[in-house]
Amino acid sequence: MLGRLSLSAIPFDVPILVGTFAGVVIIGLAVLGLITYLGKWGYLWKEWFTSVDHKRLAVMYIVLALVALFRGFADAIMMRTQLALAYAGNPGYLPPHHYDQIFSAHGTIMIFFLAMAFMTGLFNFVVPLQIGARDVAFPFLNNLSFWMTAIAFILVNVSLFIGEFSQCGWLAYPPLSESQFSPGVGVDYYIWAIQLSGVGTLLTGVNFFVTIVKMRAPGMTWMKMPVFTWTAFCASILIMVSFPVLTVAVALLGLDRYFGMHFFTNDGGGNQMMYLNLIWAWGHPEVYILVIPAFGVFSEVVPAFSKKPLFGYGTMVYATCAIMVLSFLVWVHHFFTMGAGPDVNAFFGIATMVISIPTGVKLFNWMFTMYKGRIEYHACMYWVIGFMVTFTIGGMTGVMMAIPGADFVLHNSLFLIAHFHNVIIGGVYFGYIAGMNFWFPKVMGFKMNESWGIRAFWFWFVGFYFAFVPLYVVGFEGMTRRLNHYDNPAWYPWLLVAEVGAVLILLGIVCQLTQLYVTIRDRNLPQNRDVTGDPWNGRSLEWSTSSPPPIYNFAIVPHVHELDAFMHDKENGIDTRCAGGPYEAIHMPKNTAAGLLVGGFSLVFGFAAVWYIWWLAAIGLIGVIGTVIARSANKDIDYYIPADEVARIENEHSRKLMAQAAE
Amino acid sequence: MSEIHTSSSGESHGSVTSYVIGFVLAVILTVLAFAVVATHSLSPSGTILALSVLALVQVVVHLHYFLHMGGGSEQRWNNMCFVFTVGFVAIFIIGTLFIMNNTAIHMMSR
Repeated sequence: MLGRLSLSAIPFDVPILVGTFAGVVIIGLAVLGLITYLGKWGYLWKEWFTSVDHKRLAVMYIVLALVALFRGFADAIMMRTQLALAYAGNPGYLPPHHYDQIFSAHGTIMIFFLAMAFMTGLFNFVVPLQIGARDVAFPFLNNLSFWMTAIAFILVNVSLFIGEFSQCGWLAYPPLSESQFSPGVGVDYYIWAIQLSGVGTLLTGVNFFVTIVKMRAPGMTWMKMPVFTWTAFCASILIMVSFPVLTVAVALLGLDRYFGMHFFTNDGGGNQMMYLNLIWAWGHPEVYILVIPAFGVFSEVVPAFSKKPLFGYGTMVYATCAIMVLSFLVWVHHFFTMGAGPDVNAFFGIATMVISIPTGVKLFNWMFTMYKGRIEYHACMYWVIGFMVTFTIGGMTGVMMAIPGADFVLHNSLFLIAHFHNVIIGGVYFGYIAGMNFWFPKVMGFKMNESWGIRAFWFWFVGFYFAFVPLYVVGFEGMTRRLNHYDNPAWYPWLLVAEVGAVLILLGIVCQLTQLYVTIRDRNLPQNRDVTGDPWNGRSLEWSTSSPPPIYNFAIVPHVHELDAFMHDKENGIDTRCAGGPYEAIHMPKNTAAGLLVGGFSLVFGFAAVWYIWWLAAIGLIGVIGTVIARSANKDIDYYIPADEVARIENEHSRKLMAQAAE
Repeated sequence: MSEIHTSSSGESHGSVTSYVIGFVLAVILTVLAFAVVATHSLSPSGTILALSVLALVQVVVHLHYFLHMGGGSEQRWNNMCFVFTVGFVAIFIIGTLFIMNNTAIHMMSR
């Protein structure tokens, strides 16, 4: 009846988990109680959960990403603390069985649910506004993508309290992840979480590709498109090309585990090396999917706060496209030591080094944009400059490891761990946070608090170096990744320093939370309100609407004359908004619960499949298919905002603009 | 979403006849492929060759009858996407053969 699920699956014997579970239950009940007390369920349901508005979905994605950050960081600081303790006979406080789940969950959550969700949130918010569109091409799919990502994250967290998570690292390499060596449910949780969130990500890729190709405002030719949109475009292509490979690789692993097949097993003709080949053919483009949009953020932030147009727009676009193509030619550098000969390794090593050329082009472009600019040291710029320094170091260690001979020494050591945290924290995370500070007033209508933003930056920046430079050192000294305990006295002091770094980063996160709290508390102060919709004297179309933008974004779709369309209009006295009309009725998509239902049934299906509860899995699957059919048959999916209503909203904004100008 | 964004740009979406022709061709090609293997009517290398040819024809049938690839003035994006996809798939398949073959020689994994 319940498959493999029994009471013994709940880890009552692990005090850390019981404590966490109690905490989650208490906080969860408090949040639910508060929503009920405030009577906000109807509001949440109507305005958020069922919304197909890209701006609302963007906020939900970023909230999801921040929750994932807390979970992933809790895992991180637990690992650092374990390694600061577990020296010379002290077993530490995390037994290997638990520790292995923590590092697996840390990687899985940080990549799939922090970074990917944050990136999708930024895409959702910025891309339609930057290209002058009223929504994405497929608004319902957008809502569905969000829920698939959200329920996959829930599934990962369910594994914390019911059963266990994978102990095979964030990529679940076979043969360890085969049922012969991992008979428990951990890898199954991993498989279903990846597959379900993969649906969401793939749909996001398709959605933004079509949006950018088909829905640009009249006059916005390819080379007049803002750089962030270019990066979103390249990342969407990479998603469409690479995520199917991940789906296939993990599905083949699933076939091995569920049906006793032999794709990657030790016996029966399986070849686990093929799994490495497949997973990294996705995995390498994946890190570029994450970092290319961060490059896009920098390309928007640097000109805005240097008060200059971006230096070398054309080279920036070509560099982005070059990185996109090259990122598909380098995947072997993740497994140089697998046993290929020097010809294979040399080819992929050189291809890897070549990527640093377009990346260097970008870095110089940003620096030349700043050169002779009137730089305003806004909190966003701190993250940008911190990125430039940190990412350059990370890039250099990356080129070191691109040398196959050097990689034989450094492979799977903590040097590697330090390298990829160096580029992912220093590149991706710093970029997304800069983007959040930059576009926050557009999303909410008020600016983020700057002092707390700068404090958060310094703690993150210094904390990063304290946490990861020691890992470079112990990596050189031969410490491998995923160690649970050790007895080498040379490593011990460095790991203590790394623990200090983790605590500093914790303080950075606390500062970010304080920043959010202070921002919301002071939202009504006049200096924080963004009345004009253009707080930074912006260059692209998103700054031409009000903050927050009306549901339809643009009452009259703007005409684009030049690159940096809004700046061009401001300099030439053109009213981008065409205030005063004439306005027409606007065609909009209706909200729908179908995305949430498909997500909910998928969660039921995933959970049931993990535990072999086949009748429940059938219910989940039938629910998914039924909802999709019902949704496809529904013809009542759109409505019109009457022209009067549009005129009312626009005139009110014009009135506010004039009042602001009169002050 | 304004009307300009929802208008279809005139790609062919096929007819019942073309879908039926495509379906019948796909079934015939699939049955042939199974038959070649099941009846052992060709030598092993001949079987692999026949399967490859049948698979290639199958791909063309799908592209033509189901994905409506081909001529037409509005096909520029379709064709560009297709060429791009073929390019990436080629990189991936050739790369995989290169890597796995080389690894197999060095690791004696077959």
